[in-house]
Amino acid sequence: MKVIKFIGWFFLVSLVVIQFFPIERNQSEEVSRADFMLVNTVPEKIQNKIQVSCYDCHSNNTEYPWYNKVQPVAWFLEDHIREGKAELNFNEWGDYSDRRKNSKLRSIISQIEDGEMPLDSYTLIHGDAKLSSEDKLEIINYITGLKSEL
Amino acid sequence: MTIKIYLMVLVTLTAMSCKDASQEKEVSEPMSSEMYQEDSDNQGGSGKMMAENAGNNATNTIIDNYLQLKNALVADDQEAAAQAGGKLVDEFENFDKSNYSSEEQQELTDIIEDAKEHAEHIAESAIDHQREHFDILSKDVIDMIAITGTNKKLYQDFCPMYNNNKGAQWLSATKEIKNPYFGSKMMDCGNIQKEIN
Repeated sequence: MKVIKFIGWFFLVSLVVIQFFPIERNQSEEVSRADFMLVNTVPEKIQNKIQVSCYDCHSNNTEYPWYNKVQPVAWFLEDHIREGKAELNFNEWGDYSDRRKNSKLRSIISQIEDGEMPLDSYTLIHGDAKLSSEDKLEIINYITGLKSEL
Repeated sequence: MTIKIYLMVLVTLTAMSCKDASQEKEVSEPMSSEMYQEDSDNQGGSGKMMAENAGNNATNTIIDNYLQLKNALVADDQEAAAQAGGKLVDEFENFDKSNYSSEEQQELTDIIEDAKEHAEHIAESAIDHQREHFDILSKDVIDMIAITGTNKKLYQDFCPMYNNNKGAQWLSATKEIKNPYFGSKMMDCGNIQKEIN
């Protein structure tokens, strides 16, 4: 019993201590000229959907939820955002070569088709980021169109 | 009070283990340092310049590993495919473009950047994803060879059924069709599009 109590206190204290670790924020004032929405003519509805469902992890600007201020949640989010941006950054779209654009578009299509993106762990909290089958179809059709224009 | 503490412990533990898991993933990228035998016997086309030969060596190493990857996918072997993918990442990274014209260099930069990314994914994905990336990687390698050339005998094959009947290409060193996109499910789907050398 004593041991359990000790462990309990230990974690409680660690939880408090890690709150003092700095939180890195993915935020930028700059409007990128290479942004997906500026380089392409994206219908407003699709623009909205992509921004809400994808931009938090795939751009230089994250709209942070309140719990981002709490560790270790902040670390967890930071990791996801870093990985997400490395994979695809909509803000840098115009800087990708056509070959890479083609690859990215194909991956976007297959990720959405398979329901792998947006991540379940993300939509669990961001209900508005969930894509209905209709949304999916619209986005996929639009992206397929972009791909054939390349 | 004790219950509260237990709860907090539980929450912290769960959250921390999530964090650990995602970190581990980065560390455990397969970096195989295995020796690998290069069939250097069939190199050195007679009238070629030294520089061009050097370029070809690097291309041949990439082709060899690409073929290993292809064979792994034919055999439905996710692990071997991941390993070959990891090796390809390194080779693309180290590819020396300096002997090519600036236009070719630009094109090669684009190809390699893209190909490297696909190889990275192949190194850490499930087999259906590996195959998806292998599709685009194959296109990259074919385009690369169009620039660098090779002295290897290769067959450019085409499977019309893959990717919802959009079709996909691949390269093989043997005439016989062995499909890397479907593996044992449909081993002989495909035809030869073109012979290289």
